Amino acid sequence: MKILVAIKQVPDTATQVKIGADPRAIDTAGITWIVSPYDEFAVEEALRVKEKRGQGEVVAVSLGPDRVKEALRSCLAMGCDRAIHLNDPAWNGADTLATAKALAAVIKQEAPQLVLSGRQAIDDDMGAVTAQLAELLGWPCAYWIMEEAIDADGKTVRAARQMEGGVEVFDLPLPAILAAQKGLNEPRYPTLKGIMGAKKKEIRDVKAADLGLAAEPAQLSIVGLEAPPPRPPGRVIQGDVPTAVKELVRALREDAKAI
Amino acid sequence: MAGEDIYGSPEHLAFRAMVRKFVETELAPRAREFDEMGRPDKAIFRRLGEMGLLGIRYDPKYGGGGLDYSYHAVFLEELTRCDNSGVAMGISVQTDMATPALHRFGSEELKEKYLVPAIRGEHVAAIAVTEPGAGSDVAGIKTRAVRDGDHWVINGSKIFITNTANADWLCLLAVTDPDAGYGGFTQIVVPTDTPGFSYRLLDKIGNRGSDTGLLFFDDVRVPVSNTIGDPNRGFQQQMNQFQDERMVPVVTSPVSARHLWELTLAHAQQRVAFGKPLSKMQVNRFKFVEMMIQITAAQEMAHRCIRKMVAGEDVTLDVSMAKVFCANMKQYVATTCVQLFGGSGYIWENPAARAFVDSRLSTIGGGADEVMKEVAAKLLKI
Ligand SMILES: Cc1cc2nc3c(=O)[nH]c(=O)nc-3n(C[C@H](O)[C@H](O)[C@H](O)COP(=O)(O)OP(=O)(O)OC[C@H]3O[C@@H](n4cnc5c(N)ncnc54)[C@H](O)[C@@H]3O)c2cc1C
Repeated sequence: MKILVAIKQVPDTATQVKIGADPRAIDTAGITWIVSPYDEFAVEEALRVKEKRGQGEVVAVSLGPDRVKEALRSCLAMGCDRAIHLNDPAWNGADTLATAKALAAVIKQEAPQLVLSGRQAIDDDMGAVTAQLAELLGWPCAYWIMEEAIDADGKTVRAARQMEGGVEVFDLPLPAILAAQKGLNEPRYPTLKGIMGAKKKEIRDVKAADLGLAAEPAQLSIVGLEAPPPRPPGRVIQGDVPTAVKELVRALREDAKAI
Repeated sequence: MAGEDIYGSPEHLAFRAMVRKFVETELAPRAREFDEMGRPDKAIFRRLGEMGLLGIRYDPKYGGGGLDYSYHAVFLEELTRCDNSGVAMGISVQTDMATPALHRFGSEELKEKYLVPAIRGEHVAAIAVTEPGAGSDVAGIKTRAVRDGDHWVINGSKIFITNTANADWLCLLAVTDPDAGYGGFTQIVVPTDTPGFSYRLLDKIGNRGSDTGLLFFDDVRVPVSNTIGDPNRGFQQQMNQFQDERMVPVVTSPVSARHLWELTLAHAQQRVAFGKPLSKMQVNRFKFVEMMIQITAAQEMAHRCIRKMVAGEDVTLDVSMAKVFCANMKQYVATTCVQLFGGSGYIWENPAARAFVDSRLSTIGGGADEVMKEVAAKLLKI
């Protein structure tokens, strides 16, 4: 079974995000880039499907600038067989729809039976690409997946997700798209052997023209980024206890409107 | 970043990221638990083995990674983030102090039996050289191994041995021919479940996450086939193994010192006294600069040693000098950071406090400063 995993490279979760000189983007200086954690669950699940079935191919795909190669390489180190890098200035500033269109075109070429992604990327938290991709391909899609099992013939996948107070179980005919939630699995570390072996695996560069896509302006454009307002400093209420308590209650009610 | 020529490749970066994630998720959260236990949980060796981290530079034939020293240096650097220098010491005893001689000089049979499980993390190894009567003066050890047919019969004691409680086997240095001078020592693998072996743990002021002990050998019988390499060259083989051992503080001190420097600077920038942050007082600003001068110089010395290790050159002179420099730098940075933290720097939960006691070992263990200087003096023909 061929499985394609769509991943995104994002700033490390420990990053102190700063708005850049162009206020529509963040300052990327000094950022450590990682594979978005939900996408790691997707990669792990793809590898487990392949291992369980004893055969197959796992292809990692990502759209973004040159640095994205590093993220693809770490997917290869985890065990993906090869990678495709959608790398073209035409995609600078691509919105979720443009990204989904590029991915849909690759998926048509590759014809996998299963596509996996994270439920959202942890940078802008849009969570839209996977749904748009399913729409463009006309494939069934399920989000927030915590469990999956493909039938022996590779015709359908049973997927489950957690809901308030229970579990919802779906059957989807393949090909289908699943978006992974935390808890689906525990992603493996790349092994030393995997890291060294990744050097020999293919990362294919793909341009928009290779997919027959013309550059089109993003429909969703960022107007600006704003940092949340700074927290007002704390306040120490002075005075003897009865007066201070009165003032505290007043401040909580009237200033903070907390009670 | 300096050292890009050593470990700047995409593979090195990916490897560093992997080790960092492992150390931060599986070791660091348990750091104080290991202090309480007085030793690392033995299960972490198995995890390290599964990850391929206990034999990075060893032959793949024995389960090693077959890589050069630069990858191992990355591992040692990242291991400092485990937030417990006792645990890091226990692990590096396994990778750099108790197994290099076996890998380099051991018979195939011996490697199969002891090196392979050590690389897998199924066995924990210890290095047993120091004795109550002789530490710096290694040739003064008294533990005897006497041949009896196909066996060595061992009697004596060893002290300050890291991994005492966790160890499955020891790389023991014993006297086998008291009349042969430097030719009368032998390295022997001693399984710790052999009858006649016993130990007692010691209570240390620092490195509390490490099980350091006193070992007793009372007619301990091991097969002669447990001899590592040449039975007459145990002393020389051990001197060779010491170079690996001494690389560890050289590689790790600049990294852990820099980390402590950063934590302390963050404190000094927000701690206000007499109306301004500590970091704005010239005397403290200078302290930070002076520390960074030492850290940077130590880092460069470490890189020089790593390059030589990668190239397979003799590193004895460089590592002897660098060990002195790095060990003193680490102690100076630790005590300066305690001063900058003030009272909180004297509390165990403060990283500067732990570094202060932990680093006190660095100018003593693995060859005291004076011993390192004697080695360097000889090589410099002074
Ligand atoms: C926590 C810890 C862990 C250890 N782990 C191990 C281990 O796993 N395996 C192992 O075999 N050993 C281990 N050691 C022992 C360590 O290597 C020795 O303590 C060290 O080599 C010093 O030997 P010594 O303690 O016998 O001191 P001595 O040899 O008695 O030296 C005492 C002091 O004398 C001075 N001195 C020594 N030689 C000279 C000289 N030539 N000229 C001038 N001054 C000199 C030095 O200042 C030295 O510190 C460990 C020690 C500690 C504290």
